[in-house]
Amino acid sequence: MGEPIISFSQVEKSFGDNVIYTGVDLQVFKGETLTVIGGSGVGKSVLLKLLIGLLRPDAGQIHAFGNSVLDMNRKELQALRRRIGMLFQGAALFDSLSVEENICYPLVEHGWNDRTKMTRRVEEVLEMVGMPGIQALKPPELSGGMKKRVGLARAIAIEPDVILYDEPTTGLDPINVRRINGLILRLQEQLKVTSIVVTHDMDSCFTVTDRVAFLNNREIAWVGSREEAKVAKMPALAKFVQGGKGVLDDDEMARKEGVL
Amino acid sequence: MNILIKVLSEIGSVGRLTGQTFGCMFRRRPDWRATVQQMDLAGVGSWSITVLTALFTGAVMALQFSTGLEPYGASLYTGKLVSLGIIREMGPTLTAVLVGGRVGAGFAAELGSMKVTEQVDAMRALGADPIHRLVVPRVIACMLMLPLLTVLADFVGCFGGMLATMSEVGITWRWYVSQVTDTVGVVSLMHGLYKSIFFGFFIAIIGCYMGLKTKGGTEGVGRTTTDAVVAISITVLVSNFILTKVFMVIYG
Repeated sequence: MGEPIISFSQVEKSFGDNVIYTGVDLQVFKGETLTVIGGSGVGKSVLLKLLIGLLRPDAGQIHAFGNSVLDMNRKELQALRRRIGMLFQGAALFDSLSVEENICYPLVEHGWNDRTKMTRRVEEVLEMVGMPGIQALKPPELSGGMKKRVGLARAIAIEPDVILYDEPTTGLDPINVRRINGLILRLQEQLKVTSIVVTHDMDSCFTVTDRVAFLNNREIAWVGSREEAKVAKMPALAKFVQGGKGVLDDDEMARKEGVL
Repeated sequence: MNILIKVLSEIGSVGRLTGQTFGCMFRRRPDWRATVQQMDLAGVGSWSITVLTALFTGAVMALQFSTGLEPYGASLYTGKLVSLGIIREMGPTLTAVLVGGRVGAGFAAELGSMKVTEQVDAMRALGADPIHRLVVPRVIACMLMLPLLTVLADFVGCFGGMLATMSEVGITWRWYVSQVTDTVGVVSLMHGLYKSIFFGFFIAIIGCYMGLKTKGGTEGVGRTTTDAVVAISITVLVSNFILTKVFMVIYG
């Protein structure tokens, strides 16, 4: 699989007294789709935010494209964010801007200034996510699924090498879930990007992913291919894979309370 | 003791944001489009409450002073006291407290909602700097608009005082105006305006700070909005004393 383009090594992170990671190791290879699974509130999204420097770890190292994210200055971070697009959980569209302005936002920030080129790019990416012609709408007029797709259009507008998906299917109806999964697969094929998906939706995970990383007990407890994940022996993971999410959450709760 | 530490650490955090804001302001060309938009929303949008407050404050000051001066036969000179009070204190301070409540709460709520819906994170992820895009335009807008609103409040306040004095004491408007122009000089006017620039800064930076540190969903937004209004009012009133003292030491 070659050299990893993204790697976390011994990353520790806590928010006040709430310890999230006690030493996370993870590698992502070029062109693959890696899904990070784990129960609610174990800090799956934090992983993505650490990667693009929105949060800083307490200890450890994070490398992207061969450079240490933690040592980057403002300019280098900007360049990194040019190469990594992120779809936020609630899409995080700017409410005060139209769909077109939302998608143009990263383009303008990264120095595009040709109006016609931008208009064309907006058309292209909206086409790609299957929602042409909605440039003039404002985010409050869109449904949850539409918001996610516009958020995705915004994330791919600048043609990133890596796309991060934070809970792409959470809170959507089954049809939209399938639509988003299809989109992730299609973008994968069309754009040849590397993707990191964070989710607790196992169906979605098995549809889109090449490899699975299981975040449990404040570290990456298990990494393997999709097929391996389906038959994994590790009890916590097996429960998770078989849809015993409630069971896992109960265990989690019990463990937490025991610790506290 | 705990509360003292909390207050001090908050002041420290606001100080840090202030440093970042001014750093950004001088490092990059400010976003003038957003600045003008904020000047319109925050400044022009506040003219009506400014006028209303100033008018009645001036009038009520005239009522009190004219009654208070009557035993000494000095109620003819009400205009002197009213104008001095308005231009040095009530104009800048009351305007700041009111605009602070309106605009500061607006900033805290808007930025707070953006924070809890991850729009601030998204902004950074898309390559923008929230300080440059959100904080700097608001700070510049408030620092420019507060002095203008204060001038408006000064005029309207003195006018309200005039109406009340004319009806209470029975002087002519010419007499009142001459009293005002005799009393109020450039120094008094500057005194009020210099304070209002600081007040504008406090309103914007505290409103933005409270917004950006919001946590915990919509409930959190409600909380920070309330906190912002309280913090802004207290800061304006306390700093007013210090700023006045400093000005008096310099200009006498």
